[in-house]
Amino acid sequence: MGEQRRSVAIHVPVLARVEGEGALDLRIDDGAITELRLRIFEPPRFFEKFLEGRHYTEIPDMVARICGICPVAYQVTAAQALETLFDVELSPWTRAMRRVFYCGEWIQSHSLHIHLLAAPDFFGCGNAIDLARIAPDEVRRGLRIQALGNELMDLFGARSVHPVGVRIGGFHAAPPLARVRELREKLRAALPDAEALVRWTAGIALPQDDQAFVSVATRHPQDYAIEHGDIAASDGLLISPSAFGDHFAERQAPFSTALFSSYHGQPYLVGPLARLNLSHDRLPPGIQALLAETGLALPSRNLFHSLVARAVEIRLALHDALRLLDDYRVPESPWVPVVPRAGVAIGCTEAPRGLLWQRYEMDSEGCVVSARIVPPTSQNQARIEEDLRLSLLEFGLDRPDDALRLHCEKVIRNYDPCISCATHFLRLNVERP
Amino acid sequence: MNVPGTPKPRVAVHKFSSCDGCQLAFLNLGEELLRLAERVDLVHFAEAGPLDPDTDADIAFVEGSMSTPEDLERIRRIREHSRMLVAIGACATAGGIQALRNDADAAGWAAAIYSHPEAIASLAHSTPIASHVKVDFELWGCPVSGRQILAVVNALLLGVGPRDNGDKVCTECKRNGYPCVMVSRGIACMGPVTRAGCGALCPGLGRDCYGCYGPVENANTDALAAQFALQGLDPQAVVRRFRSINSQAPVFLAAANKAGRRRDG
Ligand code: SF4
Ligand code: SF4
Ligand code: SF4
Repeated sequence: MGEQRRSVAIHVPVLARVEGEGALDLRIDDGAITELRLRIFEPPRFFEKFLEGRHYTEIPDMVARICGICPVAYQVTAAQALETLFDVELSPWTRAMRRVFYCGEWIQSHSLHIHLLAAPDFFGCGNAIDLARIAPDEVRRGLRIQALGNELMDLFGARSVHPVGVRIGGFHAAPPLARVRELREKLRAALPDAEALVRWTAGIALPQDDQAFVSVATRHPQDYAIEHGDIAASDGLLISPSAFGDHFAERQAPFSTALFSSYHGQPYLVGPLARLNLSHDRLPPGIQALLAETGLALPSRNLFHSLVARAVEIRLALHDALRLLDDYRVPESPWVPVVPRAGVAIGCTEAPRGLLWQRYEMDSEGCVVSARIVPPTSQNQARIEEDLRLSLLEFGLDRPDDALRLHCEKVIRNYDPCISCATHFLRLNVERP
Repeated sequence: MNVPGTPKPRVAVHKFSSCDGCQLAFLNLGEELLRLAERVDLVHFAEAGPLDPDTDADIAFVEGSMSTPEDLERIRRIREHSRMLVAIGACATAGGIQALRNDADAAGWAAAIYSHPEAIASLAHSTPIASHVKVDFELWGCPVSGRQILAVVNALLLGVGPRDNGDKVCTECKRNGYPCVMVSRGIACMGPVTRAGCGALCPGLGRDCYGCYGPVENANTDALAAQFALQGLDPQAVVRRFRSINSQAPVFLAAANKAGRRRDG
């Protein structure tokens, strides 16, 4: 290696196939990384600031606009936070249907990521349209699964981007039985597709990697946690969402509009692989068996397994949606009345990309005094940079520039970073006099 | 349809400050996306893969609002390289929800909020594309739908001008036979001043329209604000109705300011 020492500066001005806009700067001098930064240059959209003064009834429609790919996560987390503060007793129907609604978003978002954003990397394709030429059936199957996820969101929200069905206390309307029956058949018919998808992702020759990191995700006593649970970490931590601030902190990096989160001062992982690492024992037996068949050993220390984790979670989401819709009945009322009260509302759920934490300070009229939203991508930011350093060393710094760049992009895409939502919580940088 | 042998039309999709939800209208097209990719050349679409921001395009779809100094430079370049420029969604046509900062002391916010404000090259206002360059067609909605997008592509491929929807949401309500939530349940609905196009999704679920498709032409906001007051909304609540997803659309901005004066005076 000694004779091959050189200086390279790789600048990727726009990262393709990620949501939102980001860039990567990498500098290698004499065989060592001297600069590595993932820059996020989405301009801040100031959500937390303009939520101030808004009425609680408006929050679900407003926070949805943080992210077009995971609006349900923002809506359901906000609803959970406010319903807890207002002491609302949700009906069993609402509890079940919130999870079904959320499953729709997991199915949609994961399938979009696997097929349109991530998989082309592993087949030497620049995009999904090229991939569709060499793997037409797989891409079509992926688009079908994605469409089914959208249909589930549509069932409760009338559309899948910024759905309009959630209200504090339940849903605005209950879908009619005939529509649910029809969708149930489609979900059932998609089960073999989802199994084949799991096998397909597990059969792709993914890069080998082995890194030590802490996984963080919500955990529930029975369910594979989606819309409810406590916060768990792979080092044994188990806390209620209200204690988040005692263990997790954010700081702004000078060159970025995003914050870097840390857990006890260290980077950590959120998202599908973190969830699977922590809660694979909560998967239904059939899916555990499928997972065992693939030979994927858990907990995994290879981030490239995120691809398989997404496929497994699609299979789980289909299973749970079917189970919860099985004896569907139209309820007497899809919502319960709500009386606002002053206090602090905290909500925490698993967005497709990982833990999403929200906190609202409310006044007695039901208006927001202050808001704080911690989305998954900002939590992964420090981990992505750590991963890039480690995997570049493993990959070999003396590889050609193009290969280095491509490898960096692959590593980044494992995290499915959603840069649009990584930017809005800069409010945390407030420096108070 | 395309004449065989003629080059395929070149289509670009650009993003500015946004939630990415309008681009999803393409990525959620399913099989239709693969068919579209056969009919046109997707020359630039960062989220889907192709990267060539400065290439010539027949149709450039632009999502997002202008909110940094670089945005202004970039949109000028896109305009130069595009035959037709179509602004898609509330962000691109009215500044979007993030334009709520326009009413606040945004410069003050940025300075107070960031420990490194120099990294935040943010303009005081979030503005629509048409404030800066000529826009050939605007598609309203937050988000726009796949149906709206395909209609534009099809019209342009046929060489005809795309058509705008001049109705209000109430018209779609009546067409679908939805009971009026304002009449039957006294809910403050923005449908009478909101542009049609969604199919009256919200009244279809028995709730209020909150105006995500922006103002319809000749919207009578005075009459609606008066109606809201009759229904018992206080002036602050009336302001909030108009100051939401499309707060900087001139008609909604004027209505919010007027209701705000009533509150203050
Ligand atoms: S108009 Fe709405 S859906 Fe479209 S990009 Fe803007 S916020 Fe997202
Ligand atoms: S429900 Fe709203 S949109 Fe429908 S007719 Fe009544 S006022 Fe118009
Ligand atoms: S009814 Fe109004 S708020 Fe609802 S989707 Fe249509 S335009 Fe948007």
